[in-house]
Amino acid sequence: MVRGTTKTTEADMTGRLSSRAFLNSLLRTYGIFFIFLGMCIIASLLSPAFLTKINLINIVRQISIIGLIALGGTGVIVAAGIDLSSGSVVGLTCVVAAAFAQLPSGPRVLYPSIAGSPVYLSIAAGCLVGMLAGAINGFLIAKTKIPPFIATLGMFSAARGAAMLFTAGRPVSNLSDAYNFIGQGDLFGLPIPILLLAVMALFTHILYSRTKFGKYIYAIGGNEQAAHISGINVTKYKFLIYVYAGFLSALGGIVVSSRIGSGQPGLGVGYEFDAITAAVIGGASLSAGGIGSIPGTIIGALIIGVLNNTLDLVNVSAYWQQIIKGVIIVGAVILDQQKHKAVI
Amino acid sequence: MSRMADEYLLVMSDISKQFPGVCALDKVQLMVRKGKVHALMGENGAGKSTLMKCLLGMYVPDSGTIIFKGEKIKIPNPHDALSRGISMIHQELNPIPHMTIAENIFLGRETRTWYGLVDMKAMNKKTEKLLAQLGIRLSPTTKMVEVSIANTQLIEIAKAVSYDADLIVMDEPTSAITEAEVRVLFQTIRSLKEQGRSIIYITHKMDEVFEIADEVTVLRDGKYVSTDPVHTLTREILIQKMVGRELTDMFHKEQTAIGETVLEVRNFTGRKFRNISFQVRRGEIFGIAGLMGAGRTELLEAVFGVQRPDSGEVFIRGSKAEIGSPADAIRLGLALLTEDRKLTGLFMNAMVMDNMAIANMKKYLRGLLVDFRKICADSEKMRSLLQIKTPSLKQIIKYLSGGNQQKVLLSRWLLTEPSILILDEPTRGIDVGAKAEVHRLMAELTHQGKTIIMISSELPEILGMSDRIMVMHEGCKTGELARAEATQEKILQLATGTGLAAA
Repeated sequence: MVRGTTKTTEADMTGRLSSRAFLNSLLRTYGIFFIFLGMCIIASLLSPAFLTKINLINIVRQISIIGLIALGGTGVIVAAGIDLSSGSVVGLTCVVAAAFAQLPSGPRVLYPSIAGSPVYLSIAAGCLVGMLAGAINGFLIAKTKIPPFIATLGMFSAARGAAMLFTAGRPVSNLSDAYNFIGQGDLFGLPIPILLLAVMALFTHILYSRTKFGKYIYAIGGNEQAAHISGINVTKYKFLIYVYAGFLSALGGIVVSSRIGSGQPGLGVGYEFDAITAAVIGGASLSAGGIGSIPGTIIGALIIGVLNNTLDLVNVSAYWQQIIKGVIIVGAVILDQQKHKAVI
Repeated sequence: MSRMADEYLLVMSDISKQFPGVCALDKVQLMVRKGKVHALMGENGAGKSTLMKCLLGMYVPDSGTIIFKGEKIKIPNPHDALSRGISMIHQELNPIPHMTIAENIFLGRETRTWYGLVDMKAMNKKTEKLLAQLGIRLSPTTKMVEVSIANTQLIEIAKAVSYDADLIVMDEPTSAITEAEVRVLFQTIRSLKEQGRSIIYITHKMDEVFEIADEVTVLRDGKYVSTDPVHTLTREILIQKMVGRELTDMFHKEQTAIGETVLEVRNFTGRKFRNISFQVRRGEIFGIAGLMGAGRTELLEAVFGVQRPDSGEVFIRGSKAEIGSPADAIRLGLALLTEDRKLTGLFMNAMVMDNMAIANMKKYLRGLLVDFRKICADSEKMRSLLQIKTPSLKQIIKYLSGGNQQKVLLSRWLLTEPSILILDEPTRGIDVGAKAEVHRLMAELTHQGKTIIMISSELPEILGMSDRIMVMHEGCKTGELARAEATQEKILQLATGTGLAAA
């Protein structure tokens, strides 16, 4: 009963977890959280301004847009894909939403027929356009089986072009107070972007971890063939995750434009990479699908926020900040690969 | 010793190799004479590939010596093997499709011009000569994508020859080529012999052994059986040597009441199988035997809707079933435990309980949310039923042993409450204890009135567990045997396509 051709790599597997594997899993789950805490401690030592309520709220508000996009990006990465188009979708959705929210009485009204619509219509229009962009991504990837990198690279270019076309390259300003309230207002003493991020993070966390949809995208990312054989409609769920990512990019677009009181077709450039960075720092794996979590991604986004903030507080130039961010994302991926090597 | 060195190019002795839970090679020997063709035979899993991997430096043997050209050597990696003059033609071909034939042949050792660039002209010229030598009528500048599988096989042979190797290992070189091309290959082998080169020839095909080989070494269950000159052997003796083992009583076969036909496959034809029909009855274990690559997996994947067949029909309990996807198959009460746990079964980075629940998620929904307590309860039930060793149901599955992983996969399918289970190599690569437990479970399931279709490449398992056995050879059904009439010899004859008349 000997099978010579089968190589079993699990060396000392008795069904018990070795202490090293236990440490590994502990670090995997909480390691990023410890790093975040450490950064906060260092930041508060470097600058007394760090641990003030205003500064902390400021940090979270700054990451709220990237955070929203990263929630969708995490799901896409978990499903073994990537979304390069989210920054451009931010640009497109924010001008569409802004066009609905423009005051009809102001100067340079872009589309008088839709200007002055109620705020919910602005939001709905923006979200619909974002979901449409996501649906096109999803269709290309799930149905025609184009690699996600290519499909969303196409959308990266096309959505930006559409945004420019829609506004003839000009900003859409003079927006209604109700619309601007989304980005600038407070509720219960907290800025609305922060509340929105919190609500969406909670919702997305439940969606990914507690629903059939969530279980299926982890399965598809982890082993697409096995998912198919387990009776999962791979095409459908791949499609849906990109639609959801498009929806969250649209929310990001609405928040960013209402915050500055103007929809600009050039907004959101590079946001996709910040979102991917947050997800990857938070443990989502670009090399193996099926790994990643919303708590991780939120911590990842907070790490970026704290890092930017600290470097600002101690007057490190913006140029250095970019270099440091680059080092951090590469470092996170190297760590991620080490983790995989350690256990496989 | 020196006389021996004159006569023998390669002497491998007492080679042992252990994998966790499996002793793949147990003091195996292999002695290859200069200028001879030495056939290496044995069932799937007899240890041929492992032995060759030790020779090629892909595995390092735990013990034993390798003497090559009279010198005791250690082979740490494939590159070292090549530089010593040992090359191999692998069963799976892996050319780089968008490179030319010449580029593929000289991959990694490109000819350079004096100023350091790759000298395509010289490489093409050398390749042209090489191809002409072997009677392959292809231009060196043809891209591999445009080359047929058969010609790819011949090019692999040309590549092995081009290393100027003294010893060439050929692992089932004729599995993908036509009769005419086999002639060319044999011609090549003969001319290689004349040049004093030796060949280790791995094959399942009796005809080829008797035509081309000088000596045959047989392995069985990782152990050395015998080495004989071919002219002293007959087919029957050779099969006997390959099989020659007694059935152990480790198979928990129970007599079950076999009922009506529950699944019928009619005239299934696809890329890897042709016109196959069979019926399976309630409560029976239907074994499907054959060599690797006989099309068994592809056939059952088509039944399960993984790949749609070109033509053919499936009837379940008498009514025609439309199975367009695995989801359809699961709805109809089918389950498919796939052959390759890692490739098509497990979600390696997911928890044990998620791995169990994934095919059955609809059952675990409470409203929109997944009910974890229900998953926990069901997983716990399966853990104790199958005695799965894991510290926790939340354990990431990759930390479990092969046998326990396999039990988790079985759990996944049992939780869907199937009536017909398709098990593709259900005990491959798991240790003896887990194997016996899987067999016991199979007996238990048929007792409950479930039906099992089992693909296995291990004859004792097929014979020990099956009520009826279908044998396939190169995509065709070559026979069906009842439990009482089945013997290892009969199955092997049908599986190698040599015993068609006898059946």
